[in-house]
Amino acid sequence: MKVAKKEEGSIKTGDIVSGAALAGLGVFIIVEARGWEYLGLDGPGPGFFPLWYGVCMVALSVLLVATSLVQRASVPATPVNWHEVGRALAAWAGLALCVGFLKFLGFLLAFGLFSFFLVAVMYRRSLGTAAAVSVGTTVSFYLLFAFALNVDLPVGKLGF
Amino acid sequence: MEVIGYISQGFSVALTPVNLTWCFVGVFLGTVIGILPGLGPAATIAMLLPLTFRMEPTGAVIMLAGIYYGSKYGGSTTSILLNVPGESASVVTCFDGYQMAKRGRGGPALGIAAIASFVAGTVGVLGLMLVAPPLAKFALTFSSPEYFALMCLGLGMVVLLAGESMTKALLAMLVGLWLAGMGTDLFTATSRFTFGNAELLDGIDFVVVAIGVFALGEVLSNLEGREGTQMLPVPKGLRNLMPTWQDMKDCRFAFVNGSLVGFVIGVLPGAGSTIASFISYGIEKAVSKRPEKFGTGVPEGVAAPEGANNAETGGAMVPLLTLGIPGSGTTAILLAAFILWGLRPGPLMIQDNPTLFWGLVASMYIGNVMLLVLNLPLVPLFAQILRLPAYVLYPAIFGLSVVGVYSVSSSLFDVWMLAVFGLLGYGMRRLDYPAAPLILGFVLGDSMERALRQSLMMSQGDLSILVSRPISATMLFLTVLILIAPLFRKANAWRVRAIT
Repeated sequence: MKVAKKEEGSIKTGDIVSGAALAGLGVFIIVEARGWEYLGLDGPGPGFFPLWYGVCMVALSVLLVATSLVQRASVPATPVNWHEVGRALAAWAGLALCVGFLKFLGFLLAFGLFSFFLVAVMYRRSLGTAAAVSVGTTVSFYLLFAFALNVDLPVGKLGF
Repeated sequence: MEVIGYISQGFSVALTPVNLTWCFVGVFLGTVIGILPGLGPAATIAMLLPLTFRMEPTGAVIMLAGIYYGSKYGGSTTSILLNVPGESASVVTCFDGYQMAKRGRGGPALGIAAIASFVAGTVGVLGLMLVAPPLAKFALTFSSPEYFALMCLGLGMVVLLAGESMTKALLAMLVGLWLAGMGTDLFTATSRFTFGNAELLDGIDFVVVAIGVFALGEVLSNLEGREGTQMLPVPKGLRNLMPTWQDMKDCRFAFVNGSLVGFVIGVLPGAGSTIASFISYGIEKAVSKRPEKFGTGVPEGVAAPEGANNAETGGAMVPLLTLGIPGSGTTAILLAAFILWGLRPGPLMIQDNPTLFWGLVASMYIGNVMLLVLNLPLVPLFAQILRLPAYVLYPAIFGLSVVGVYSVSSSLFDVWMLAVFGLLGYGMRRLDYPAAPLILGFVLGDSMERALRQSLMMSQGDLSILVSRPISATMLFLTVLILIAPLFRKANAWRVRAIT
């Protein structure tokens, strides 16, 4: 993905946040790895490899945060386009809800509702179009996977 | 002479009605997804992977490989008609292809792209056929230290060329290694990073990570915007797609250049088709009698990158099939597919599975012919795919991802993990972390750890075994050179130029 110049500032902030998160992950890996055998009689234990990539992760994360802090001073800060991010996160939240409902509603109903949400809310199409797309895709999935390919789809409390 | 016997055997496999059908399905799907901007071959192969588990492995690998090289053909269509590359390797084609289309020469531009793809794609397969068997024989001398060093070298190359920030590429790779390490340690049966969750004892399924990071990550990223781009008119009729004799004459060197550069770059892990197309375009411009015209719509500016892009596929198959080392996200998914089907790409692959290897090679020749036929007269039809609204396409991709993951083990936990990896994939795109090193780290993580531990068992814990053997020492030395290259201003400038 190419990053436009105007977004460099926000990327630097993102680098600092993601770098800190990865440093945290690296520390977690090191702590966990120290609980496992490092070197045994038969050679390296289960803690050997994770310990080393954990150390590398911490070192590289610190480097990323440090360089981002230095570079941020020379790049004017630009706000994140939260509208764009919001759209992607809203779609993801819809997917997460769909996954959450799979157990109760089953694939056909949960996915149908999710498709309806995507078309009607994310793409601002008419309710008729949204209903047509969601019914069409859901039925196509049922016919292709459950009917033709005999692939199991998640079944809900309603029995489908 | 031996090769001729093997390839004849391969054709007898590839020409069976079933395998011909799978080859056609693969190249057709590849063309379609190559045309669709925002959905790459890696995402498509990952989504379709679970559906191939019930297929016979030869047919399945023929189809998935067809998607891989078919997408390269399709990618040029959007570059030329929309100025939007269908996949990253088609970026260079935009420079002259779109300019040709704007001047009313979209038809010949599409025709040249198809012909160059066919010529170079065929040369790439020829290269694969000739280079893979001797390389596999050489690799038979490798032991655990050489394998560990080779995987380090492969990962190093991918990290070097994966994105502008090498630090981020390395971090992505380390996250991949961590994810690969989740589950039960095969040497000692210790549970690692399972968070007390029994579902994680077997580790995370590759399909979940690949579909989440590639397919869902891409779709979420595309969902940031709402509408598409205006398409230039598609020329109708084969006559309007055929380049003139002068065009073909201008492209003579470009066909050779694209074929050779593409194949050689393809063999190197990490370099990939995007770099191959840029280098081939650069060479074409450097040797041209009219370099100032490049970027204004010259046919050789389309032929060289499109050729390189397609020849790279044959090259990329060489390390994948003979060493078991993938050089990109897509070939990493293909490697995982081989493993899931119970095959083990590596030096013994050709020897143990000659039917599959030579059948695949022969199917690539056939697939290239199919693609030429599909892409010349049927381009106007394929271009109509671009009119498919995003609000129909994206729900279908979400649905396919969920069904694909659920079909592997009927586990809702895996579907939750898919959603998590989708968010991770989106975050990585947003923050400019490359996805390929993560996938490669994930695919190679287990083998890398096993090779390292076996090496140290051989030497009773002495790390010098890795540098006391000439092949592994050379490969590790090259890896170190690659990793420190960005510290040198000139080398880093070249690296950044190559990837941006």
